[in-house]
Amino acid sequence: MLETQNKIKNIIFQAIDEINLELPKNKQIVKSDNTQLYGSQSPLDSLELVNLIVSIEDNIDSEFDKSITIANEKAMSMKNSPFRDVISLVSFINELLEENE
Amino acid sequence: MNKIILITGTSKGIGRYLCEYYLEKGFTIVGCSRSESSLKNENYTHFCLNVSDEKKVKEMFHTIKKEIGTVDILINNAGIASMNHVLLTPMSTLENIFSTNVFGTYLFLREAAKVMMKKKWGRIINFATVATPLKLEGEAIYASSKAAVKSITEVSSKELAEYGITVNAIGPTPIETDLIRSVPKEKMDALIQRQAIKRLGEFRDVSNVVDFLIQEESDFITGQTIYLGGV
Repeated sequence: MLETQNKIKNIIFQAIDEINLELPKNKQIVKSDNTQLYGSQSPLDSLELVNLIVSIEDNIDSEFDKSITIANEKAMSMKNSPFRDVISLVSFINELLEENE
Repeated sequence: MNKIILITGTSKGIGRYLCEYYLEKGFTIVGCSRSESSLKNENYTHFCLNVSDEKKVKEMFHTIKKEIGTVDILINNAGIASMNHVLLTPMSTLENIFSTNVFGTYLFLREAAKVMMKKKWGRIINFATVATPLKLEGEAIYASSKAAVKSITEVSSKELAEYGITVNAIGPTPIETDLIRSVPKEKMDALIQRQAIKRLGEFRDVSNVVDFLIQEESDFITGQTIYLGGV
């Protein structure tokens, strides 16, 4: 369980690395549990968030051999967005993978 | 030259023709349809699925990524039609036509674009119809489903431009395929009279536009719907 969550977190960090390649030094996104991915405090603009989600979905597909849709209706309707920070997204993706078992 | 083309609806009609046409030109083709394909070629891979089944479409792309590697060009051809008066059209017809023509087109566009964006290159070609601008009676559902395809083409062309992906649509006139077989001859003749060039379309008219849209030099053309026959 913890191993899966660590794997997911690494996939998210890997996706952040990919986004950082395109960003100037002073705009690099910090890789931490608390990094906000969505909302006014997020360092990502809307298009960077789209790129991040696509990259995460793709890496999940290769790593876990499972196709998931992260930005689904459940994610959009949750009171606390799963994109609010890295740790919330880890647990949301973990749930999606369990549902996909 | 060895680009990979994904064509939907390859069991017959325009899809089958495009499949054979581009295989002959040396492309690697991935095709799909609801039924098995009789096409056997070492450069052709076939998937059996309903284009509006999201799970199956995602699985198909998963397999393509693993076994073929990528998709360079998507020809979103799969489509169905049904002629009926608006007062007599059952809900199930709407559901079927929109499932294949709109949901299917959208799902393939979305999944293909995710693959193409990594290479910052891609060509997506959707299928519209002259029935939309001609506002053909009896084609309310078919024409409106293709109007949705035209809108998807226009909006997605803006969203995908920054990834080097162009999105265009072809609007063929009637071509001698199963799609028009049940349309009465006098209806067909009247329709053709409304075109600037008064003849049925041919498969080569479609491949000619696809050839144009997929060439390297067409990287500044996106969001367009090209109608055939002068409509």
